Amino acid sequence: MTERFVTRGFVGRRSAAGSGDLSGRIPPGQYLTTDFPVLSAGPTPRTPLERWSLSIDGLVASPVSWSWEEFRALPARDWTVDISCVTKWTKLDMHWRGVSVDTLLEHVDLDPAAAFVVAWSDGGYTTNLPLGDVLNGQAFVAFDYDGRPLTPEHGGPARLVVPGRYFWKSAKWIRGLRIQREDEPGFWESLGYHNRGDQWREERYDGD
Amino acid sequence: MAAPIDWQLATVTAVRDETPSVRSLTLALPAWAGHRPGQHVDLRLTAEDGYSVERSYSIASEPERNGEIDITVERIPDGEVSPFLHEIVAPGDRLEVRGPIGGYFVWESTLDGPLFLVGGGSGVVPLMAMLRHRARSGSGATGRAVARLLFSCRGPDEAIYRTELDALAAADPDLEVAYTFTRVQPPGWTGYARRVDRAMLAEVLEPLGAEARTYICGPTALVEVAANALVGLGLAPDRVRTERFGPSGT
Repeated sequence: MTERFVTRGFVGRRSAAGSGDLSGRIPPGQYLTTDFPVLSAGPTPRTPLERWSLSIDGLVASPVSWSWEEFRALPARDWTVDISCVTKWTKLDMHWRGVSVDTLLEHVDLDPAAAFVVAWSDGGYTTNLPLGDVLNGQAFVAFDYDGRPLTPEHGGPARLVVPGRYFWKSAKWIRGLRIQREDEPGFWESLGYHNRGDQWREERYDGD
Repeated sequence: MAAPIDWQLATVTAVRDETPSVRSLTLALPAWAGHRPGQHVDLRLTAEDGYSVERSYSIASEPERNGEIDITVERIPDGEVSPFLHEIVAPGDRLEVRGPIGGYFVWESTLDGPLFLVGGGSGVVPLMAMLRHRARSGSGATGRAVARLLFSCRGPDEAIYRTELDALAAADPDLEVAYTFTRVQPPGWTGYARRVDRAMLAEVLEPLGAEARTYICGPTALVEVAANALVGLGLAPDRVRTERFGPSGT
């Protein structure tokens, strides 16, 4: 790291980062929050559950699609994860319930050339991830938060959650995963934000 | 991969109190390529021992100003950064800044059609950049975009930029500013005195029509209500751009 400029008169609170057991859980440039802030680029979509589906298509032998009932019948588990948003907040020990992306992918045969996934949502939002970022327990599709159905402003009825990346990769209102050979920048990735978004490398913006 | 957005050392050249709890800082930037109204910057503050924090602030000024920007900061009583920016920072101080950042919640005068802005509290800041830009960008062949701002604040003393907003509106027949004062109203107030709701949005939007490019910034509750109501009033969802702050209340 280059030598840091010291801001005159700034001491900081460091209540969180200084308290030992938490210091290793807060990525660089982030601050702890106990709120659950809402950030989205447009109006909150509302798709009735009877018209909702979740699909996997693209480079798979045969696409698959689940209705809400079918999705909810898939094996789910509880997840307790730390979440970091590119807008600088980090929230620890968030309790979700959802279906692992591994479980979803058990229902398709991936083409050997499959390397990337585009998550797409109601309202037109997209975000891109290498398959390697969502396998092996690194990502899940959540339908409960803190013991309650996920509210629309937080991405309900279901959202992708990828705790190892900034939260914009955790697509709200998810409706599908498209498996691809090539990477394809999503919504924020096309608007100046980093393509990978690893919060531990502080990959906030394109070029970081 | 684009060139990195580098940190640069800005110099604070002016501070100005907007309301009792809101202050604007003018930052002179050595390497500023300009911004688009609605974008923000990141600030990084570093203590002697290397402890550092970052925060994002919307740019309040128009891009027509060269080499400097204004940010407007609301003092959060238990905040780590905003009290420092209010109480310690003085002209001549230097702050690490990088930007501009964000490419969706932006409006430029080259975009045609009516402009509808809905702001709550300090959510008016990026909208002010749009209105300042609009005022500076000349009338052109087709005239300025017709614009309306609906600004929700607790009371007139907390209406950031109120004097300037009223002056902009007075000087421009195509701009109207409607306030709603949700808690405290001045004597004789005949304007809105309630939280933003569908009926209020319909009234202010009416002369602009459903083609208006709409930008909403404020607390989550206001943004949710306004965005949902405007879609219900017939605006296409992709015409409604939002920026939010604060918890969901859940």
